Amino acid sequence: MSSVDVATRPVRLQSERAATALSLGLVTTYLSLIVALPIAALIFESTSGGWEAFWEAVSSPEAVAALKLTLWTSIAVALLNAVLGTVTAWVLVRDSFRGQTLVNAVIDLPFALPTIVAGLTLLALYGPRSPVNVNVAFTTTSIILAMLFVTLPFVVRTVQPVLLELDHEMEQAARSLGASEWQTFRRVVFPNVLPGILSGVALAFAKAVGEFGSLVIITGNLPYKTQVSSVFIFSRIESGDRAGAAAVAVVLLAISFALLLSIGAIRHYATRHDRD
Amino acid sequence: MTSALRRVGLRAVALTYLSAILLGPLALVFYRTFENGVGAAWDALSTPETVNAFKLTLIITAIAVPLNTIFGIACALAIVRRRFPGKGLVNAFVDLPLALSPVVVGLSLFLLYGRDGWFGWLDENGIQVLFSLPAMVIATIFVSLPFVAREVVPTLREIGDEQEQAARTLGAGSWPTFWRITLPAIRWAVIYGVILTTARCLGEYGAVAVVSGRLQGETETATLRVEERYESFDLAGAYAISIVLALIAVLVLVAMTAIRPKEEAA
Repeated sequence: MSSVDVATRPVRLQSERAATALSLGLVTTYLSLIVALPIAALIFESTSGGWEAFWEAVSSPEAVAALKLTLWTSIAVALLNAVLGTVTAWVLVRDSFRGQTLVNAVIDLPFALPTIVAGLTLLALYGPRSPVNVNVAFTTTSIILAMLFVTLPFVVRTVQPVLLELDHEMEQAARSLGASEWQTFRRVVFPNVLPGILSGVALAFAKAVGEFGSLVIITGNLPYKTQVSSVFIFSRIESGDRAGAAAVAVVLLAISFALLLSIGAIRHYATRHDRD
Repeated sequence: MTSALRRVGLRAVALTYLSAILLGPLALVFYRTFENGVGAAWDALSTPETVNAFKLTLIITAIAVPLNTIFGIACALAIVRRRFPGKGLVNAFVDLPLALSPVVVGLSLFLLYGRDGWFGWLDENGIQVLFSLPAMVIATIFVSLPFVAREVVPTLREIGDEQEQAARTLGAGSWPTFWRITLPAIRWAVIYGVILTTARCLGEYGAVAVVSGRLQGETETATLRVEERYESFDLAGAYAISIVLALIAVLVLVAMTAIRPKEEAA
């Protein structure tokens, strides 16, 4: 080691500390400016009129009706996803048929497709001009349809990798010990994929609760009938009621945070064996 | 026999579900768009307002994607390789856009940059943010923020930091180590994240709808234009724009399918 190296070492260490500090500073500044500050402004606005004003806005009949509708349709969509998403993942992993690769690729389409286009396409098939004579436009069924469309990938994509990695030998062992196919699924496969199903369902629920673009066209935005919370917030903004919009938005924000926390907890639980 | 039946039954359930929710509606819109010939669809697309809307969408995407890519890589490196106070908070805020309603995002920006907002002084000093390009870009950055970071974090964890440390012991500084060791190892994850980010930017609707003010030919993106055409009873126009956006989505799928195996192999 030459003397020059020794001399430059502290300098380099210093410059690296500076680089670390700089990149950390950039990351936190960017996050604060883009995400944290707007969220803080939202919370500030919702509480600016005091607790009573907040409660009045949140508990107005129209807001309550919208929130109730949002929650029950989202729960229905989450449950439907749990079943149909798991079946789809199963078929993609354990079955084999012509065009399977294509079907597998198509699963991600709702993610890549703009939500407004999703709503428009659903309206084309299930709206007033339906060629199959099914018209669910401006009903709660249309809300559930649109939410199913946009949440389709979540459960499939969280269950699929677990199924792929699952050891076939465990199932074979269960079968050779006399378990029926259903028992094997319930006792061996299901406990393994459950964390995947749960985190997929939580993501789908979060997406459904906040969904907006695909619902604008197909639900017709009828207060007390088909107006979900996100659409309610939008119409409040348009009519200039910022406090009312902010109050309901804070409720949605709280739901999002709670769901993120529970997804984190599920992941923590699912990877408990990897950690110790 | 019953096992084979069950297999076919499950397959039928899955395929029927996908067709009813996804493929059926899309196929019908495709058919309706070209029902009156390609010429009619082309006419609907080539109006100045629609061309402008697509231009605006591309401009916003061209600004948001590079910024989120740089941020995503830096953020993933910070989360995986560094210890710092408030790391949990950074993690939570990065994931938030995935779970938050785009309308809530739009409203938050609307309140921050509005006349009475904390950044309202920008507007008073002649820097218009709301109802113009800056707010639309910020809204798009917000909703597409997590994708690069979320793709890169698991890859960084998997590759470990042994090679990086080796490079450092051999005398490479942090910048050359990043360019020569870290970036090549995470490149497919970065590309995958960039594709997801681009798709999200091109398709954003709710957040931009709140902050754009929807001035035709000025602050109207392609997705806003779809809704505007629909509201003006121009279904052909709405379908034509939708088909272009759907074709972009299909391109995204093709890219995702091509890159996923490489990412998993990396």
